[in-house]
Amino acid sequence: MNDNDIVLRVEDIHKSFGGTEVLRGVSFDVHCGETKVFIGPSGTGKSTLLRCINQLTPPDRGQVWLDGEEVTNSGARINYFRQKIGMVFQNFFLFDHLTALKNVELALLKVKGMGKAEAHEKALTELRQVGLEEWADHYPAELSGGQAQRVSIARALAMDPDVILFDEPTSALDPELTREVLEVMKKLARNGMTMLVVTHEMGFACSVANEVLFMENGVVAEQGSPDLLLHDPQFTRMKDFIGRIDSRMDD
Amino acid sequence: MDVLPILIDWLPYLLSGVSSTLGLVFAALGLGVLLGLPMALGQVYGARPIRWAVGIYVWFFRGLPILILLFLFWFGIFPAIGLGHLSAFVVGAVVLGLRGAAYQSQIFRGAIQSVSEGQMIAARSLGMSRFTAIRSVILPQAVRIALPGWSNEYPNILTDSAVCYAIGVVELLTITARIVTQTHITIPIYLAAAGIFIVLNYGGLKLLHRLEAKIEIPGFGSGAM
Repeated sequence: MNDNDIVLRVEDIHKSFGGTEVLRGVSFDVHCGETKVFIGPSGTGKSTLLRCINQLTPPDRGQVWLDGEEVTNSGARINYFRQKIGMVFQNFFLFDHLTALKNVELALLKVKGMGKAEAHEKALTELRQVGLEEWADHYPAELSGGQAQRVSIARALAMDPDVILFDEPTSALDPELTREVLEVMKKLARNGMTMLVVTHEMGFACSVANEVLFMENGVVAEQGSPDLLLHDPQFTRMKDFIGRIDSRMDD
Repeated sequence: MDVLPILIDWLPYLLSGVSSTLGLVFAALGLGVLLGLPMALGQVYGARPIRWAVGIYVWFFRGLPILILLFLFWFGIFPAIGLGHLSAFVVGAVVLGLRGAAYQSQIFRGAIQSVSEGQMIAARSLGMSRFTAIRSVILPQAVRIALPGWSNEYPNILTDSAVCYAIGVVELLTITARIVTQTHITIPIYLAAAGIFIVLNYGGLKLLHRLEAKIEIPGFGSGAM
């Protein structure tokens, strides 16, 4: 990988809430087609980090660059950058008053200014991608959690983003529904989508991630391929963390 | 004395008050939405001076008896600002509308605030401006949430409209009183007027409930919230 295919550059991000410093200087580069997975204990700023990237939570310090353009401090142009930075939320946040199809269509019509027929086609294509074409006319309340999350992935995909941020996309789902959402995400990763994923799914991290960033206390504590972090003896902290989770599950 | 034939004789005249009463109600409801919705948006999303202005407006129009408002505008405020030539009907409709706007703004405000925060976050994450997000995501949901409460404004304003009698608007109550003076029959005439109010009330609410059902979305709105 060379520097030319860097899609997203995150530099020295700091963020405090009240007196608590949640992010204490986080930096990394994301290359085109790469999947980066963020792992770590709750409250270490992983979700805040994702929100700092698309400025839903503006960072106190540091910069974010998308394709060489600065996203931080971009004023009204932030709406332009957000089209290129998709986001998928833990609780889906589908538009409750719109069908699955209209959920995917809305930003195409209102943000991209696409014509009705074109937006309709595009939305159907994206729903097909996530295997939900026949659910196009159902409202969010009529979908399972897994289906709702797949619609929200389709909604993000429809904007043709350069990168998609996944904020604990399966944490609100039971194992069966988690599996169907992870399948969709694996397919996206294989097809070359650039993805940042905050998750506790180690299986997903091991099979898909090009790189795992283990976060602790607002910084990236360890960083490397899943294999390296799990098996190289010089890395211990993520292994400790996973050990703690596993032993808790054994109780 | 046989009341019924007299009542039947006067009925067409009594009914002629219906159009005037309904005119007051619809004008007031319309003005209420036109002012109440932007006021609600201002109160939720506006800068501090806007929120204050709306707060003061609501405090004023909800704080005074409707009869005092009516007299204030009819005898004082409208003549003072060069609108003394307005008919009693227009003044009545405007005052009912201004007062309704205060109540409606609070119904809409509550509805807007009850739309979950995630809706705005998701909309913004897709690159929508705040304005587009409010128009395309927040308002369509807020209106559905508000409608059942908003429907109550219809019977409220319908019954309130009768106070326009006090400034001489020729509406249902005014005509009723005139018939009473002419015929010296009191209770049966007022009962007839009451019956008309009840029918108007029932019919209007029926229509509003039909509207609620028409824009209902599975799993969203009154059932789920």
